[in-house]
Amino acid sequence: MSLDILVPMTLTVIGAATPLLFAALGELVVERSGVLNLGVEGMMLAGAVVGFIAVAGTGSHAFGLLAAALAGAGMALLFGFLTLTLRANQVATGLALTIFGIGLSALIGVKHVGIPIPALPKLDIPGLSDLPVIGPLLFGHDILVYLSLALTIGIAWFLARTRQGLILRACGEADLSAHSIGYHVIRVRYCAVLFGGAMSGLGGAYLSMAATPMWIENMVAGRGWIALALVAFGSWRPWRVLFGAYLFGGVTILQLYLQGSGILSIPSQVMSMLPYLATIILLTVIASGSWRGRLDAPACLGKTFSPPS
Amino acid sequence: MLLNINRRRFLQGTAAAATGLVAVPGLHSARAAEPLKVGFVYVGPIGDYGFTHGHDVGRRELEKHYGDKVKTTYVENVAEGPDAERVIRQLAQQGNSLIFTTSFGFMEQTLRVAKQFPKVKFEHCTGYKTAPNMSAYNSRFYEGRAIVGHIAGKLSKTGKIGYVASFPIPEVVMGINATALAARKVRPDAEVRVVWVNSWFDPAKESDAAKALIDQGVDIMTQHTDSPAPLQVAEARGILGVGQASDMRQYAPKAQLTAIVDEWGDYYIDRAKAVMDGTWKSQSVWYGFKEHMLKMAPYGDAVPEALRKECDAMVADTISGKFHAFSGPIKNQKGEVVVKAGERMSDADLLKMNWYVEGVTA
Repeated sequence: MSLDILVPMTLTVIGAATPLLFAALGELVVERSGVLNLGVEGMMLAGAVVGFIAVAGTGSHAFGLLAAALAGAGMALLFGFLTLTLRANQVATGLALTIFGIGLSALIGVKHVGIPIPALPKLDIPGLSDLPVIGPLLFGHDILVYLSLALTIGIAWFLARTRQGLILRACGEADLSAHSIGYHVIRVRYCAVLFGGAMSGLGGAYLSMAATPMWIENMVAGRGWIALALVAFGSWRPWRVLFGAYLFGGVTILQLYLQGSGILSIPSQVMSMLPYLATIILLTVIASGSWRGRLDAPACLGKTFSPPS
Repeated sequence: MLLNINRRRFLQGTAAAATGLVAVPGLHSARAAEPLKVGFVYVGPIGDYGFTHGHDVGRRELEKHYGDKVKTTYVENVAEGPDAERVIRQLAQQGNSLIFTTSFGFMEQTLRVAKQFPKVKFEHCTGYKTAPNMSAYNSRFYEGRAIVGHIAGKLSKTGKIGYVASFPIPEVVMGINATALAARKVRPDAEVRVVWVNSWFDPAKESDAAKALIDQGVDIMTQHTDSPAPLQVAEARGILGVGQASDMRQYAPKAQLTAIVDEWGDYYIDRAKAVMDGTWKSQSVWYGFKEHMLKMAPYGDAVPEALRKECDAMVADTISGKFHAFSGPIKNQKGEVVVKAGERMSDADLLKMNWYVEGVTA
């Protein structure tokens, strides 16, 4: 494996990390507001299939992305109605949402299997995108890659620096207190859940429109669950989630490149374990180091809120 | 005491009468008029456009062939493991008299359910275990892989052939080896580079694996996973590739050289007929080009006329028995001769193949 392979490899890593980052950032906001939505996989599938159909029908990627975000948000609205308004159990509802999403997306997509669409175009700035190394690394991605990075910054800023971010966190840490000083906990959580759904939808759309521009049943293939794990891995902080998504994507891709190079004869099963192994080791290091005690999940995570009457 | 015996005798009598009833000709024919219920258990979604899709095409051919006489049910996305056993048992309980389970990992589960339902006929795909009411059937995919290897060896410029692989089971190892052997016959320095994704179906990961291979000089993409993703990457990156299990031309109109297409329909029709006629017997079959269990998809534009003829001749020779993908001399990765010149590997050896031939980088 030579050095000039590092650039294409990094591009592949970015492609693997981006859908995870979208879904994980969305779920992070949801969880910081105190809601646990395990339906990420289902929402991603909804985004993937609806985004795909929109592009196949209209030829417009912008419209496809909008449709994907709305589809994810639509699924999230259903989840919100059940858990926030009807106060159903969040874990059970989230799991049901995933299973529902798998079935629904398959049903909607039946007629669209086997139709190719043009991939989401990549940025092409004359002069800049052609530069060696820097060109493809900085100026050669599709819009979703830049959007995912911008959203990481945006969400980090929103949670840490804005009044609305503080209110959202208050709902996740002490729902009763937030309620008693006059904030509408349920409304805040609805907003967070809808945002999370839209983000999952975009993550799914990345798969069906950019990574592999096609629709195949169940094509998210478990990434929703990895995104969920990344939120806990990143201890509910956007920057750590970004790091986690790129670490996980990076190790996954690195092992594929290592296999293809044939320079290491490590059994492929061990290679496949690497991303998970790296995750576990890092979590252990974090948990045993000076960061200990700062891993706490939002105090109200997964608890149903009923306003005292 | 006396009463007790009488009651027991009475019960025995009733049981005998009940058994007799089933054998009454009139009733029997009334049952035969009901459609034959056939169940299918799939490991992936029928919309995978690959392996499971191929089986479902076979199932639809079966329904079309017999019309009202056959009623099929399928369960898709069944995980290999305990879940499969539950699904297979459920199909048996629902009155299916013939059940096809179409993944290697369903073998033990099929066997267990087969023992519990001795009257139901089971057919397991790509495994090796059988029972009095359980058959094994498989396709000689490697025959198609040899054609693919031949084309790859002829058309590759770099001599590096990429192979996106699922799990290192004999079935997959055999395909890799058949590709390498045929490629090296026409291009002695050809190399098959394998990347395992440890999944049958994960489009994004399959696509990443394909990118990893192309970035390292591979210019022909082959795969033993179930989605068209690697072929789509080949198209996008301007190299050539081969479809898997179904004709995947629409994903790669320029890149697809050909595809190994599974054809299960004829077999399903035959076996359903055997059950209807009462001639079904447990068997273990391994069919190939000859029995029409697989075929090559129409060649792509990148395959020149002369090469098409060579490939057609290879298929004909495979059918006549003149050509066998695993005829000696075959060397392993260390360069030791494993199969001597003039010898052919036996089916038994092929089915437990766990070593790579020379020229495979895995």
